[in-house]
Order: sequence, then C-alpha cells, then structure tokens
Amino acid sequence: MSDQPQQFGIETEDLCLWYEKFQALIDVSVKVKDGLITSLIGPSGCGKTTLLRCFNRINERYGYVTSTGIIKLLGKNIYDDDVSLIELRKAVGMVFQRPNPLPISVYENIVFGLKIHTSRKDLNRVKLDEAVEQALTEVGMWNDLKDHLNRRAIDLQLEQQQKLCIARLLPLKPRIILMDEPCSALDVGGTSAIEELMYSLKDRYTILIVTHNMAQARRASDECIFMLLGELIEHSRTEELFLNPKDSRTADYIEGRYG
Amino acid sequence: MEATTPAESYTVASQRFVETNLVRKKLKAEQTAKWFCLGMVILMILPLVSLVTYVFIHATPSLNLEFFLEVPKKGMTQGGIWPALVGTVYLVLVALAISAPVGVMAAIYLNEYAKDNWFHRAINLAVINLAGVPSIVHALFGLGAFVYAAKFGYSIISASLTLAIMTMPVVITSTREALNAVPIAFREACWNTGATKWQTIRRIVMPNSISGILTGVILEVSRTAGETAPIMFTGAVFYKAVEKGDLFPYFLDEQCMALSMHLFAISTQVPNVAESMKFATAITLLGLVLAINATSITLRMWLRSRKKW
Repeated sequence: MSDQPQQFGIETEDLCLWYEKFQALIDVSVKVKDGLITSLIGPSGCGKTTLLRCFNRINERYGYVTSTGIIKLLGKNIYDDDVSLIELRKAVGMVFQRPNPLPISVYENIVFGLKIHTSRKDLNRVKLDEAVEQALTEVGMWNDLKDHLNRRAIDLQLEQQQKLCIARLLPLKPRIILMDEPCSALDVGGTSAIEELMYSLKDRYTILIVTHNMAQARRASDECIFMLLGELIEHSRTEELFLNPKDSRTADYIEGRYG
Repeated sequence: MEATTPAESYTVASQRFVETNLVRKKLKAEQTAKWFCLGMVILMILPLVSLVTYVFIHATPSLNLEFFLEVPKKGMTQGGIWPALVGTVYLVLVALAISAPVGVMAAIYLNEYAKDNWFHRAINLAVINLAGVPSIVHALFGLGAFVYAAKFGYSIISASLTLAIMTMPVVITSTREALNAVPIAFREACWNTGATKWQTIRRIVMPNSISGILTGVILEVSRTAGETAPIMFTGAVFYKAVEKGDLFPYFLDEQCMALSMHLFAISTQVPNVAESMKFATAITLLGLVLAINATSITLRMWLRSRKKW
C-alpha cells in the first residue's frame, strides 16, 4: 500500500531466464513502485515481454523455459510453495497487444472472472450487475455501453474491446496490471483513451506497461525501465531517463540511433 | 562505372507496360494449369455421378415404401429390407453413443492438457496410425475382444463397440481440429483471469467448438454404416425374423441384420434375387449415409449461426 513507502509492487533479484539454451533475461534486478505507471522500453527481442510474462508465471506454461532468481510481488515470493497460480493470476491482471475479449457478451466478459472464482451460491444477479456497472464506470464506458450489455464483445470497436479487457480484470480486485503493448493495435484516439484510463487507474494499482513507442513511454509513465539484450540497463524517473540518461546505450536508443 | 541504361522499350512511354513474349508464355501456362485442374475435378466427379445414376435407375422398379417397411420373404428373394435398415441404424447409433463421449474426452485431454513429451507424442502417432488399420483387422480384434474375451457374444453391442473402436482415431482427429480452431487468445484470456483449464474448456472452448465437434463425429461415425467385415464377424446375421415396420426389433445383446451385410447376402449368397432389389438395397444404404451427413451439415449450419464470433 502507499502508506508503506518501502513496499514495491514488483521486485526481482538476479532474475535469469532461458528459452532452452538462449538466455533471454540476464540478472535482472528491478523494483517497481506501487501506485505508479512504469514503462518497459527497449528494442525488439530485448526481453521486455519475457520479463512482463514472468510476473504472472505464464512463461512456465512452456516446458522449455527455465529461470533462476527471485520474483516478489507485493512482498511475497511468487515461487513460494504456498502460492496458488489461480490466486496469483487473479491478483495480477494482464492486458495483451491485441484486445482479446471472450466470444461472449459484454456483460458476461466482465463477470467472467467473478463467476469462475465465486461459488455458485454466493453469486446473485444484483452482485453481478453492480460489478459490471462499477467496472465499466471505472474504464469510462458505462454511459456508452449500459444499454448494450448484451452485445457481443467481439463486435465492439477495438478501443472499446481493449477497455473492456481492462474492465474485465477489475471485478477480481487485482493489485498489479501488466500491459503488453496495449495500444499497438489502436489508432491515435484509442491510444490516448487507454493512456487516460491508465492514468486514472494508477493510484490503486501497480501498472507495468511494455511499449515500443518511446513517445508513449515518455507521455504516459512515471518511471521508465530501459532494457537491452536481456539486461536491465537503466531504471529511473521517466523525465530523468529521457533528459539525462546515465548510460550511453540508453542515450543512443532514445535518440533513435538503433532499435 | 557507366550506369546501366533501361531497356529500349521502357524509354518510350507508349511502349510501357505492354505484354511481352515472356508474359504471354506465363499467361498461357496459367490457363493450362487451371483447365487441367478443372479436368481432374470432372474426372473425379464423373464416376461418382454415373455410379449413383446407374444404381438409382436400376433400383427404381423396387423403390417404394413397401420395400423399406417389409421384411424379407421367400428365402430373401422377395419382400423388403426393414430388419436390415433398422439394424444398421441401431449399429450406427450405438457406435456413436460409445465413440462420441470417449473420443471427444480423449481429444480434449490430448489437445488441452497433454504436455509435449515423448509419451504424448507416441499417443498421437498411435492415433494417426490406428486410422489406417484395415477394417478386417478391427473385425478380428472385435471378435476376440468383445465377442469372446468380454463375453458379449455375437451381438449389437459387440458390433457397435468394434465400429466405435474403428472410428475412434478419426473422431479424435476431427475433434482436435475443431478444438484447435478456437483461437489461443481466448484461452490465454481465461487463464489470465485465473481460470483453470477445465473452466476454460467448459465455458469457452467447448461452446465455440461444439458445432465442429458434433458434425465431425457424426460424419465419421456415419461412414461406418457401410462397413461389412467388422459387423459380419461380431454381430450381424444374414437373416432374423422381425415384424414389419417394428421400430424396436432388437435388444442390444442380440444379433441383427444390417444393410451392408444384407446387400452382400442377396448379391452373392442367395440365388434368384431380382436385380432391382439389389440395387434398391444399395441405394438405400447410400441414401442412409447421405441422410446422416445432411443432418450433420444442417446441424453445423444451425450451430454456426448461433456462434458468437
């Protein structure tokens, strides 16, 4: 919580990860602050997405991935024996590059998480309706969609789909939201809508966003992490990183000399 | 170095983009290829159409409602095919009832749960290869396993189990295709809200693949309606006395007549059967399979129209 300033949303220590023989992450130690938007930038193949995917343990679904090091979310090591993958993924929401609403109605998309995590007798229509209204209000779509809750989510505009994917996470009361290039499929208007949404959500969540778009990182994030070839090069406040990069590789990248 | 000059024709504006000899040659090859492939399509359809027409024309003298509802008479030289028709429907339905749940569940395991290791690769290989086992081998297996070892005797249940085993590989394969058609993004979306695999399968994967699964399963199983060897060894008989038009003439532990077997019998084993009766039996078998296929295609269209993506 924000009243315990020393607590970080995400912490890693000497995190290494291999895809079979290829080492994709090299001794990554990072501390991501709670209640801020942190962006991850770097050229393609630098391990941004891999790092992001470590935090909900989705990488391990593939048999050929091995990793070492420590990952702590909200102070808890997510590889402790008593960590349940289901509870972890409930608390760590993920937004993908392409909006991926489920092929069901808007309403059902939002209550999907609640339905799978609540026993049937604790569910009732009122509770679900409330959750839908709250989630859609939070992402600023309640007025647009309140009369279209039974529309198929797939038929919405891309921007609305992406917001819906964020709204879908909220009823589960996550603490951390991971975003993997959430705007790359959207146009300018959609991008700024998602950025505004991130800004309005940031106090209550740890938001970590991977982006290819340096301008976006600069605009929309409080802190910025620069990665290159699997290593964390620099992590500082965004304006600091863009105005006074400490490392020459960071400077070259943000000036567009490679990437 | 001297810059290479463009070809003469490109320097004159009016000569630009006109057809050259090389292009003309390519276009000719294009036409040849297209017509050749079309020719092959016709070559493929022609025998099929002529066969069906031939059988149908020869069958017309015997084709009437009585023929379908009547039982065979006078040493199978007269009467109809009712017991065989019902018998085939029984065999196919029971085989479907067995192979659909088993095959679909197995496919779900292999597609959704199984990790990529040597054990599951071996199973996949076995499934693919099982599809190529000749039906006579399945027949012998059914005879040994169901008739003798399991002591079901010569019966509908033995025959249907044999047919079910025979179709299992294709049922599994077609179900897996239907499951694979559901985008992986849907599954990831579910997993990322903390859904278990079963919740994902039940709420998202199954509802979106059920049309493909059902039609695949029905199509595959309906093909067994024409099988002769597997049922001949395990539960079909030449003749069984039943009432005309009786919808429930057989119990599952009894032997039954079947169209394919009946056709074999009246064509090769029984003397003095009218030609038109043989053809009518053949066209009935054909019609039955077509009818089941048509049902499954209608079912698919209906389920597709309700599909949500």
